Amino acid sequence: MSDESGVGASVGAPGEGDGGVAPAVRVQNLVVGFGPQNDTDPVLNGVSFEVAPGECLALVGESGSGKSVTARSLLGLAGDNAWVRADELSLAGSDVRGLSEQSWRRRRGRDVGLVLQDALVSLDPLRPVGREIADSLRLHTRLGAAARHARVLEVLARVGLSDAGNSVRKRAGELSGGQRQRALIAAAIALDPPLLIADEPTTALDVTVQAQILELLTGLKLAGTGILLISHDLAVVGRIADRIAVLSEGRIVEQGPAHAILTRPEHPVTRQMLAAIPVDKPRGLRLSPRAAAPVSPAAAPFLALSDRADPVAPRNTVLEATGLVKRFTRPDGTEQLAVDGVSFRLERGTTLGIVGESGSGKTTTARLALALTRPDAGEVRVLGQPFSAASEKERRLLRPRLGAVYQDALSSFDPRLSVEQVLRDAVGGGRTGRGAASASATTAATAATAATASAADRLRVLALLDAVGLPQGLLGRRPLSLSGGQRQRVSIARALASGPQILICDEPVSSLDVTVQAQVLDLLDELQRNLGLSLLFISHDLGVIQHVSDQVAVMLDGRIVETGATARVFAAPEHPYTQTLLGAVPRIGF
Amino acid sequence: MLVLWMVATLTFFAIRLIPGDPAEAILGGPGSQTSPEALAAVRAEYGLDQPVLVQYLAQLARLATGDLGRSYSLDQDVAPLLVGQLGGTLLLAVLALAVAWLLALGLATWSTRGGRVAWYLGSGLEIVAAALPHFWLATALIVLFSVWLGWLPPISTSGVSGLVLPVLTLAVPLAGFLGQIMRESLLTALESPFVLSARARGESERGVRWVHVIRHASLPAISLSGWAFGSLISGAVVVETIFARPGLGRTLLNAVTVRDVPVVVGAVLIVAVGYILMTLFTDLAQRIADPRLRAR
Repeated sequence: MSDESGVGASVGAPGEGDGGVAPAVRVQNLVVGFGPQNDTDPVLNGVSFEVAPGECLALVGESGSGKSVTARSLLGLAGDNAWVRADELSLAGSDVRGLSEQSWRRRRGRDVGLVLQDALVSLDPLRPVGREIADSLRLHTRLGAAARHARVLEVLARVGLSDAGNSVRKRAGELSGGQRQRALIAAAIALDPPLLIADEPTTALDVTVQAQILELLTGLKLAGTGILLISHDLAVVGRIADRIAVLSEGRIVEQGPAHAILTRPEHPVTRQMLAAIPVDKPRGLRLSPRAAAPVSPAAAPFLALSDRADPVAPRNTVLEATGLVKRFTRPDGTEQLAVDGVSFRLERGTTLGIVGESGSGKTTTARLALALTRPDAGEVRVLGQPFSAASEKERRLLRPRLGAVYQDALSSFDPRLSVEQVLRDAVGGGRTGRGAASASATTAATAATAATASAADRLRVLALLDAVGLPQGLLGRRPLSLSGGQRQRVSIARALASGPQILICDEPVSSLDVTVQAQVLDLLDELQRNLGLSLLFISHDLGVIQHVSDQVAVMLDGRIVETGATARVFAAPEHPYTQTLLGAVPRIGF
Repeated sequence: MLVLWMVATLTFFAIRLIPGDPAEAILGGPGSQTSPEALAAVRAEYGLDQPVLVQYLAQLARLATGDLGRSYSLDQDVAPLLVGQLGGTLLLAVLALAVAWLLALGLATWSTRGGRVAWYLGSGLEIVAAALPHFWLATALIVLFSVWLGWLPPISTSGVSGLVLPVLTLAVPLAGFLGQIMRESLLTALESPFVLSARARGESERGVRWVHVIRHASLPAISLSGWAFGSLISGAVVVETIFARPGLGRTLLNAVTVRDVPVVVGAVLIVAVGYILMTLFTDLAQRIADPRLRAR
């Protein structure tokens, strides 16, 4: 077919004055702001870098540091209310400052491609991926429909999407996470742009898939594409970046060869980011600089209430699951074994880490442990007493012993409640049960005792805030106006409100930046030591699991395939799946 | 089927609650001087001397065989009478729905891209339009277009010009509702990552809207259209009366006034069937617009 025509358009004018190939992108003193032009506090303040063809520059920083704004500015998509100034801003050797919208459109997709984080929402969920990929060709070439289709198949093969003929007709939702991320990359490289901007391209992916996508990007790099990789995770970029630029508060604080940045970081921000990576850090080692407010001894009695008053004889196993089975019926009527014979024991004061990729049954296991889902077979016992087999009424007596922390803290709060209301609710519910509390307030108790109870609640709320290292000033705020790390702290405080002995954490740090993740992990560790908590910690991230767990269980397809002491499993994995997982973990090591 | 049975039953008993004697209505209304013998003859002929329950069962049996009965007041079979009126009302409702969609889409699109003024103007217009009652709007339109401007006839004539005002009367309030919903989903879609991806591919603003956003924006409005169609039919009662336009709505209103039970039950049944068909149709349309529903 005549598919050479028009594709792989010329890379633009050769570099002027550089005496060689033009850089894929070159930025000098980029300043971007939202608001008045003479803004003294722009989002980006003098950023300079360049990416040569066949080179990967990683732009690393925490959320809010200006990474994504940089990416969008390079595409002329900073936004309607943004202003962009630069001494130089050139793509493929030609100046793009002050381009008209129409000229920008001709360049986007041709001179620069963009890959975003979550392909499920970054590809139009209503259209087949083939159409999305063909769009670039439709917009920039004169290829006919048949030639476009042939080219789409070619690109899909290039990104390693198996069964390209079938995949073109599928929508993002019908593909697996790795497949759709490949399709998204295919859409960005359909015209073979000299620069590919990848904004957190692997953040939502499982480790093994992440490793594959990084490999794909490396392949593109070796084939001559310049890659600007944007990430918050130094361990991830360490795998493919040639150079690293560390962005903090709109400025590049450190830039240099990847090896030098990772092994001899100079700027404190870089050091802090490196220290935050949990992989290969022994348990108990702090990942973040010491917090201002550790749990004050005064707060401890408030928090460990139920432990003191515990009528149950002390036992070493606080949570025990035996032979848990849970089946779900798929929409097409077939049955799926989400959890298939899972047994584990959580010992007092220790952490059991459950690790597995998406779909392995981790979350269902957590829900079974909390008795939010009824098992089809097997039993959960809490503090030696029947839990899953008990009636909900009996269970409610044990519920205060269990706390739960979820991944998406924001959606686990009622958005209209303030932080104080969220915590007061939890405190009240933990003490007496909500029905009893309101009944006693209205009938039996006098106003005075109600006021005392209210004052005691307030003290406890303050103690909880203190315990999770949040200032009292946040009490009146609503969850939406909190940062991700603060929200997760509030949800930990809420989990602690009933004075639990067991904390079940389902992906508690997965949506957080590495540095914030480090703070939350340190907080959990500190709370565990001070309050004697036992943790069931569920995560897809082996690095996190390795850092926090005493015992670890690896899940695959609803089964625990390997379990044992963390050090043993990580040093000498027995099951082939564990070995694969460990091989895929991004580490910094040369 | 269950829905149709419930509709027939409710209608049958509801119309019994209106005070007055149906036999009198048959013989020319409450004002007319009728002899007791004539009344008795009519009662016997229409089965009105039977207990209510027997009447009800007899009617159900007739309905089950597809016989809608005979009109008390018009002395015609109900089925052909209503079918004759159905076309006009359907045309009115379908046109109104189409016009409402166009207006809503236009307004939503304009208000999301025309800057701040267009935004406030658009959302303001939507709220006002959604709040307009049919009878007021109809009067206002007649005053504006027929009395002042003289462009269009104040009562519905057979030509196209006679359709414009009734259709507008029905379409404008509906467009207000649909527009509010569409603008909401339009905004969500415009801010989604796949739109950023499309723009980064070099897609134009128009392309972004036509290829991607419009489909997402339509989804909730499509599911609402089934309900909207029902409300259009009930709106037709008012509109057909005001514009003196023949149709199901006006026939229904007349029949209720003279307690013509078979016509009322028949008309309501036909509307119910239409509503059910429309709901099925919107379900289908949704599946076409949103392929994710097909997989389930």
